[in-house]
Amino acid sequence: MTMSDSNRNDAAPDLARRKALGCLAAWTGAAVVWSVAGGVPRALGATNSGGMPAVSKNALTFVQISDTHIGFHKEANPDVAGSFRRAIADINGLPHAPAFVVHTGDVSHLSKAEEFGQARELMQELHVDRVHTVPGEHDALDDGLDGYLKFFDHDGKGRTWYSFDQGGVHFIGLSNVLNFKMGTMTSLGDEQIAWLKRDLARLPHSTPIVVLAHIPMWTVWEPWGWGTADSAAALALLRPFGSVTVLNGHIHQALQKIEGHIALHTGMSLAYPLPTPGQAGIGEPGPVKVPAGELGKLLGTRQLSLVRGQRELALIDTPLDH
Amino acid sequence: MSNLFLRNRLARTSAACLFAACVAMLVPAMAIAADPVAVSISKFAFTPAEISIAAGTRVVWKNADETPHTLASRDKTFASKALDTDDTFEHTFTDAGDFSYFCTLHPFMTGVVHVHKQ
Repeated sequence: MTMSDSNRNDAAPDLARRKALGCLAAWTGAAVVWSVAGGVPRALGATNSGGMPAVSKNALTFVQISDTHIGFHKEANPDVAGSFRRAIADINGLPHAPAFVVHTGDVSHLSKAEEFGQARELMQELHVDRVHTVPGEHDALDDGLDGYLKFFDHDGKGRTWYSFDQGGVHFIGLSNVLNFKMGTMTSLGDEQIAWLKRDLARLPHSTPIVVLAHIPMWTVWEPWGWGTADSAAALALLRPFGSVTVLNGHIHQALQKIEGHIALHTGMSLAYPLPTPGQAGIGEPGPVKVPAGELGKLLGTRQLSLVRGQRELALIDTPLDH
Repeated sequence: MSNLFLRNRLARTSAACLFAACVAMLVPAMAIAADPVAVSISKFAFTPAEISIAAGTRVVWKNADETPHTLASRDKTFASKALDTDDTFEHTFTDAGDFSYFCTLHPFMTGVVHVHKQ
């Protein structure tokens, strides 16, 4: 029933490409089946079975959360801490406990110490060994990333980019929220791209790679700054690898794009929804107010699992209301 | 406020002194302090995005969005901290010139202040 199943035994000449497209096989908690057209998957519609697909016991499983915006208290979601707690309960209740959780930025809303502190306290309620975070632009207000690093310094080096290895997978955390220049999109910057080059140089190309960064690493919608100006330079360094998954936040909705062996995904927020890219009749990427009963359908978490030896990476997006 | 204070204090003096004080002090003060110019930050845009003012004019920006914004001039002569909803930032332009600025969080939001000599 999934794209990956149907592609795995396919002997078509463009097998490698189709296998890569199989990475896209993704399900939501409501069991939406994804199809691939022109490199971008589209939801075909919900199936009748509302259950979550089983996760292989051999898989490395982790969970992505994003855009908690702790400190936000406006009409679009007066209780972001409550939404975060619902996600924590979902994650702690997963039948296959995840190895860790990643947070792809905008931990706080206004970079205040009390917001970072509250977020860290909430994260400690997660029954996982570690929460890996990358900063969002809301975590970099006024003092750059100094305030964020006081709470979320990954390896004690005072840097917001890092890498680590777990379960045969190389994970990379990047920061693309400081280099905003007038009239353009954000960027990673030369120093970080040089570091990425050195970090990747020691790895065999068969190593599966997962990249975390807040703002999408592809141009989703340039008029709203939904992209990274120098992402092409980073993706060029990743292109030789057989399996690359890029996880982003920022746009508060799940979107996908495939470029060769590189699958790029944005995740849902745990605070408030944003419009679809360039959505007609809205005009700006501000919080979207929805009826109270609708909010939990638009916020959520993402479970990811990787099985050693398989290129496919399964994604399950689960809304808070499921 | 200072004019009001001045008036209260001067009310206790003679009418002739009051008239002399007004001529001597209030008129030059009015010439220097032009009314501040307001720019709204709303729906991820500066409105009006382009203004022309005389040197010495104060400009006040107010954020009406639920999303924080900043503003920083391209030449780094002024920069705000992050402005939450209803927060304001003001800057008095003393030198003539064209000052373009943007939101450092949403760099597609741009504006320009044209300052001419008095």
